[in-house]
Amino acid sequence: MTSDASPALRSREVSLVDLLDRVLSAGVVIAGDITIAIADVDLVRISLRALVASASTVLGVADEERPPAIAATRRPAIGGGAEQATIAADRQWAGDERR
Amino acid sequence: MTGATGEVWGVWLHAVAREATPISVAGIGGAAVEVVRAAGLCAFVSRAVAGDDDAAVLRERLEDPSWLGRAAFEHHRVVEAVAAAGPVVPASLATVYHDESGLAAALERHRGELAAALDRVAGRTEWGVKAYERADAPAGSGAAPAATGGGPGLAYLNRRRAELSARDRRHQEAADAAAAVHDRLSHRAVAAALHPPQDRRVSGEPDPMVLNGAYLVDDERTEDFEREVRALARGQAALRLRLTGPWPPYSFVPALAAAPHAQGDRQA
Repeated sequence: MTSDASPALRSREVSLVDLLDRVLSAGVVIAGDITIAIADVDLVRISLRALVASASTVLGVADEERPPAIAATRRPAIGGGAEQATIAADRQWAGDERR
Repeated sequence: MTGATGEVWGVWLHAVAREATPISVAGIGGAAVEVVRAAGLCAFVSRAVAGDDDAAVLRERLEDPSWLGRAAFEHHRVVEAVAAAGPVVPASLATVYHDESGLAAALERHRGELAAALDRVAGRTEWGVKAYERADAPAGSGAAPAATGGGPGLAYLNRRRAELSARDRRHQEAADAAAAVHDRLSHRAVAAALHPPQDRRVSGEPDPMVLNGAYLVDDERTEDFEREVRALARGQAALRLRLTGPWPPYSFVPALAAAPHAQGDRQA
């Protein structure tokens, strides 16, 4: 966890998918469309398929701005060689690891 | 509000707080973040092009995945900056009002809920814990009986049946273990919420996600919570755990959006 980093710096470390889980109240469901609530206006439906198809574009943008000091792991995602950035503050443990 | 070029602008809500903390980050599309005061609360907003009466421009942009992704990060950056200064109610993405008076009316309307939410999240932080079924997990208790006799065809069928039931057992064990993890973590948290598990195509993980939990944890118990996650992870044969955060309390606040169906099932 980079608790001493500025909020602006930290923002770039989150993965888009985890962020969308939270900021889109309907959640991320691959099977259907996402409904975005626009208060006082209307509902907007977007296709998550479209979102997924170009996830590499989106994440590529966030990744380019990433300072070299911050670890970015890249791994294959979503078929066709798309890449996903993960969080530096994103820790992972499996049962056989010693930490 | 109509801009010089005839574009109609909306007020994009990022977050609600009690204090008008000055923040240094920009909002949507690099727009300046402003504070709108109403109902004794401070709303942090930036101006975004909305388009005509049915917000056609905004609608169109939200359907553009790269714009949506950038907006999500821009929105998050403001929410984090506000959260760094004190309790915050983050707005869902694309909570947009025609103008300040529409926003002020919404703040008045939700005054009680917002105040309660600000109290509830004060001194607390959201953490995310995801669990993935481990592909390398042992096939579960009770190894499949070895096929004996009956020729190659039957042996194949028996082997296939054993494989399938081993996989079913593994799924079941992962699901049970995930439920137990969520239960334990919920006890360490003041509130818990479940997000739908992310599809593999979205998560980019080879293994299926079986838990996508969010936990609101007292700040002085952060280390306890982390220790609990680590301890739970060590004991798992069937699961791999991943901790994300700290997050602003996105999963534990009421929505201001006019979408009654979106909120009902958020808190588990």
